[in-house]
Amino acid sequence: MPPALSVSGLEKAYGSVRALVGVDLEVGEGELVGLLGPNGAGKSTLVKIACGLVTPTSGHAAVCGERAGSVAAHRSLGYLAELFRFPDWCTGYELLELHQRLAESGGGAAERAELLELVGLPDAGDTRIGTMSKGMQQRLGIAQALIGSPRLLLLDEPTSALDPAGRRTVRALLEELRGRGVAVLLNSHLLSEVELVCDRVAIIDKGAVVAAGTPAELSHAGGVEVETAAGTRVFAHARRDDAPRIVRDLVAAGDEVYGVRVLSSSLEDAYLEAVGGR
Amino acid sequence: MNPNAVRVIALFTLRESLRRRVFVVVAVLTVAFLGLYALGTWRLYAETDVNELDGTGVEIGVVAGATLLGLAMFGTLFLGTVLAVFLTLGAVRGDAERGLLQPLLVRPVSRATLLLGRYVAAAGVCALYVAAVFFAATVITWLLGDWWPDRVLGPVLGLMLGVAILAALSLAGSVYLSGTANGIAVFMVFGAGLVAGLLGQIGEALSSETLDDVSTLASWLLPFEGLYQAGLSGLTADTVGFTRFAINLGPFGGAQSAGPGLWLWAVVYLGLVGAWALRGFARRDL
Repeated sequence: MPPALSVSGLEKAYGSVRALVGVDLEVGEGELVGLLGPNGAGKSTLVKIACGLVTPTSGHAAVCGERAGSVAAHRSLGYLAELFRFPDWCTGYELLELHQRLAESGGGAAERAELLELVGLPDAGDTRIGTMSKGMQQRLGIAQALIGSPRLLLLDEPTSALDPAGRRTVRALLEELRGRGVAVLLNSHLLSEVELVCDRVAIIDKGAVVAAGTPAELSHAGGVEVETAAGTRVFAHARRDDAPRIVRDLVAAGDEVYGVRVLSSSLEDAYLEAVGGR
Repeated sequence: MNPNAVRVIALFTLRESLRRRVFVVVAVLTVAFLGLYALGTWRLYAETDVNELDGTGVEIGVVAGATLLGLAMFGTLFLGTVLAVFLTLGAVRGDAERGLLQPLLVRPVSRATLLLGRYVAAAGVCALYVAAVFFAATVITWLLGDWWPDRVLGPVLGLMLGVAILAALSLAGSVYLSGTANGIAVFMVFGAGLVAGLLGQIGEALSSETLDDVSTLASWLLPFEGLYQAGLSGLTADTVGFTRFAINLGPFGGAQSAGPGLWLWAVVYLGLVGAWALRGFARRDL
């Protein structure tokens, strides 16, 4: 089975501005990949190329084996833009119904109700979009993106307008989607969110992938901290595997050990290191 | 091209116009227009003895009817153009800048399908609108002035195709221009077409070949103008003699008739405008 998203040698120039300079990225079936990078790094351009909204200058992008932007690729895709807007005159149900018809989804009213329930808006079906808060519209946008059970979900800053409870709902939703085998490319500035839910992370800077791996791989070992009767001692070069030996040695030397903590740099440290502290 | 998606998009566009009360506003203003037209027609016929010739063989009732309905035809085309422009002026670039277009284009719907859906809605509404308004004006003229034009179907079809062309131009303009710039551009094109037609009438009166040539060229470049002129001409197609001469002296009297070539060209022109719009839309990064 082809990967949910496959991107190779992708380049995009807007006049003299090079937004992407040769990006390679793959999102496997059911994989949750976080896309990180500073403003203007090219993250949204990458997502828009995957959606067919932007034409690449060169390179190749495919969704579930189909050329990105083709009607066949769109059948496997769900998308929520960073700067989206829905018609303010229609209701939540009417919007979802429109997308069901365009996606040729046969889910009917049951699918609409299930999706609104999933994003925490069970009673918003008859609410006019113009009267919804930005957070409610963002949740509705996620429900809209899930119409037709897409194999790949592209989410561009999906929690930017959500309160902490809303973010937690989206995190739970992403984990459920992973359980259903839906692949997700999550473009977000919220490092903690990405660290919590993503299987892999790709960091983009100046149009190129500058670091990629699992959150654990990107986070470096930062030593072992031991709390003893004599005070806190830090073993800067030690790793997690070294902790039992350190404790044994200290006890053997007559120290009393009250606590041990394995230190590691956060994803934030790895991110700042990758993008040069910006 | 997906016909079902075209229908879905067209119906959604119409529903938006209904929900935003566009049609209510249009209906109210149209009733006001037709009311004024009826008042003018009633006053004119009340003050004119239409049964008497004025001694030169001119049938005053026919001249009055043709002039009034010519005016109604101009008003109808103008109102239809306003509707066509406002239904389409921000359909592509405007909606893309507001973030409304992108969610739709990520569905298994081609850009051609989306464009055609929008066009079918706008052109369909405008074509039916001008047909209804012109027919109403014709009936008003008949009821109050007892005058019925020599041709009705031809002028109605000409108006319908004319506004369909203007809707296509406006939709194509929305691919390349911002909403405001597009609205200005389409109205200027509309005005240029009418001025060129007027120049042709003056050219005919003055026997100026140059003005005639300019008018003919404009009619081919902007076929809505040629269709309008052909429609005007059809109103008094069978009128002859001094009455014909008197009608020609009026503001709507010097219209040029056209053969089937104009209709064929108008359809080809629609296709060319559509291809131009689609070419720009296909290349646009959203």
